[in-house]
Amino acid sequence: MLVYIIRRILYIIPLLIGITFITFGVMHLAPGKAIDQITDMNIKVSSESKARLAEIYGFDKPWYVQYFNWFKRFVILDFGESFKDGRPAIKKIAERLPASLLLNILSLILIFIVALPIGIFSAIKRNSLFDKGMTVLVFLGFSVPTFWLALLLMLLFGLKLGWLPISGLRSLNYSEFSFIFKIIDLARHLVLPVFITAFTSLAGLSRYTRSSMLDIIRQDYIKMAYAKGLPKSRVIFRHAVKNALLPIVTILGLSLPSLIGGGFIFETIFAYPGMGRLGYEAIMARDYPVVMAVGTIAALLTLVGNLLADITYAYVDPRIRYK
Amino acid sequence: MIKKQFFLFAFLLFSVFYSCKSSNKQYGISKQNIPDYGDYFIASSIGDASYLNPILATDNASGTINSLIFNGLVKYDKDIRLVGDLAEKWKISDDGLVITFYLRKNVLWHDGKKFTAEDVKFTFEKLIDPDVRTPYGSDYLLVKKFEIIDPYTLRITYKEPFSPALESWGMGIIPKHIFSNGDFNSHPANRKPVGTGPFVFNEWKTDEKIVLEPNPNYFEGKPYIGKYIFRIIPDQSVEFLELRNESIDEMGLTPDQWRAYPEFFTNYNKFRYPSFSYTYLGFNLEHPLFKNIKFRMALAHAINKQEIINGVLLGMGKISTGPYPPQSWAYNPEVKDYNYDISKSKELLSDLGWKDSNNDGYLDNQGKDLEFTILTNQGNKLRSLTAEIIQSQLKKVGIRVNIRIIEWSAFIHQFIDKGNFEAVILGWSLARDPDQYAIWHSSQRGDGKYNFVSYENRIVDGLLDTGRRTFDQDKRARIYHKIHELIAKDLPYIFLYHPESLVVVHKRLRGPKVEPVGIGWNFHKWWVPKDEQKYKI
Repeated sequence: MLVYIIRRILYIIPLLIGITFITFGVMHLAPGKAIDQITDMNIKVSSESKARLAEIYGFDKPWYVQYFNWFKRFVILDFGESFKDGRPAIKKIAERLPASLLLNILSLILIFIVALPIGIFSAIKRNSLFDKGMTVLVFLGFSVPTFWLALLLMLLFGLKLGWLPISGLRSLNYSEFSFIFKIIDLARHLVLPVFITAFTSLAGLSRYTRSSMLDIIRQDYIKMAYAKGLPKSRVIFRHAVKNALLPIVTILGLSLPSLIGGGFIFETIFAYPGMGRLGYEAIMARDYPVVMAVGTIAALLTLVGNLLADITYAYVDPRIRYK
Repeated sequence: MIKKQFFLFAFLLFSVFYSCKSSNKQYGISKQNIPDYGDYFIASSIGDASYLNPILATDNASGTINSLIFNGLVKYDKDIRLVGDLAEKWKISDDGLVITFYLRKNVLWHDGKKFTAEDVKFTFEKLIDPDVRTPYGSDYLLVKKFEIIDPYTLRITYKEPFSPALESWGMGIIPKHIFSNGDFNSHPANRKPVGTGPFVFNEWKTDEKIVLEPNPNYFEGKPYIGKYIFRIIPDQSVEFLELRNESIDEMGLTPDQWRAYPEFFTNYNKFRYPSFSYTYLGFNLEHPLFKNIKFRMALAHAINKQEIINGVLLGMGKISTGPYPPQSWAYNPEVKDYNYDISKSKELLSDLGWKDSNNDGYLDNQGKDLEFTILTNQGNKLRSLTAEIIQSQLKKVGIRVNIRIIEWSAFIHQFIDKGNFEAVILGWSLARDPDQYAIWHSSQRGDGKYNFVSYENRIVDGLLDTGRRTFDQDKRARIYHKIHELIAKDLPYIFLYHPESLVVVHKRLRGPKVEPVGIGWNFHKWWVPKDEQKYKI
């Protein structure tokens, strides 16, 4: 097992380098560069100033040279400075990370709390009204555009009823609040984003739980448990659910990258200062250092998430062993 | 026990959902004339600022904040005339080569240090420093000598007379003592600025808000507003919801937002004024079709500008007749526009040999249909709509127009810069100074330059040269009136419209007034009567 893990970790290194190389290449295929927004069609900027700026940022060199320069710094974990405001890319990410983590962890918890029971009960009462109703509900959440739902709920709870703030993460006078009111203020701002993220992503987990549960309750040992005369609740919760949730552990591992990521549309709508907006705005502005930093960290988390999923799966399911 | 937990839970739930819904308070009633101090002013922007340093900043958000924190030597007053700001007055030598600035005394930086000519010199040195990431260097490279006569007098000698130079000294002056050590491009003061302006920097929460406070030592008096908050709301429809919720005090609207239900704006005053910009249909004058002025005239007669304004801007715009907006002193009110006249247009086209010989509704000549392609950039709805209206208008005279919408940087670098286009729809945002040498002078043709339509008129070239060497505004006005007339006649572009700025400001604020320069020129004098103040300081 240990050898397996070490081998997997070593595999991550070339994979990560490959990913950064491709990301960098793709980014350079996109037309335009970071200074274009400043210099294009701006009569205050002469062609000499344009050339000078391009030189300062290194855009006058071919893209593979630029990649190599980036890579030299990346090896010592230096992600460079953002073209937009000259601040270290890693610092900009660190600034956004807490907000993203807060939102995503809360949403993930809510998703698990809601989706698991939906899945389990849908499987037990298969084809019942509850099952069908839940199917409609979770797919409704899955297919409704987030921004549309967000705007409607903002209109209702923010504007018409005035119960919740419309957008943002904190009130304007947040810093003057006492600790308790700070928590309440944050909570008020988080209600809509968390609810919407959770509602729109219930489908995956609940359907997954349902089908895995369906597989299990057809197994012989469940029949055996019934035959032994165990009460139904005991059969379901002690014997079936435990085994049905094994694949769910994998999902937890795989959702690691989504903890720091975030929908940019979503964060834009809520004026939420998270990672999704940072990444998106960096792409639109061709802010290479930030795009690369966000991309590399997301890639790393995906790879680590996969590894963790495999390891935990082996840990909880004794039938699986890696060599 | 369970009961207690239930109550705790209920209380928490209540406090999360509870908020003091603004009461239906009436604003804008008090007749009070004497300004009161206090209250917040909440502005918003879809993008965050980048550098709070006027030399490095290039985006609108940074520009807005910098203009509240920093001062230039000169500024535009409400009538778009240059007046002193940090400079009390200035003198221009008769040959136009030397500008002497006499600075205000007793101006303090926000940290209490004295402002002197040294700071101006430092700002100048940074602007021309090749290692500084500023795009604004070009105007200052024309300076031959920069001398400090005494701490409050400085003399700037130019290599040649250059009248737009005066405007260039509206650049925000930065403090030497703050930037004297450390790397300029990544200096911490770029996020924690120290200026001389009406507002003092307080706090910047990235992508959330920027907070400013009034400067008690401001040389034109302490602003009345107690706190300026700049909120970042990246989505326009959410920004509009926040406006309806009265959680922002000022917003620039789109024409359809402006025309929304009046009850959205019960507590807002609306302001509408022409912006310093125009949208045009530009032609590649090297292209055989557009080389002929008769053909361009035929197009000009076939395009109904008012219909475009009504369709695209819902009527919120002014017909453009040339490169200057109506509120500029360079605008020539006597310029005659090519009137909308389909029969005249058809006549011109038939003179050029275009007939509809195969009766398909489009003109042709020697078996070739009369058609061309209008290019415009992606992401600008107004421009693509304009293209569609022009397409249908030109169909009436038998011209087939194709529309291609291209991603911005490909559009600029593959098509505009390379002269690889027939016609384009684009717009110019204009400086207040009317010098448009870069757009119209024949020397400015070529890759990456702005006379990409290849306009060439020797008389205009000469006038542009004289215009930027002349300092007297009346003389310059005559020159630019002539330029306006000639360019309008030559039709390198069909000038379509000047969109209007549509701004709403909360009713409790006193002071906003539309002048030729727009609103906001007297922002530090805006105030709110005590009994209408919304936020306690």
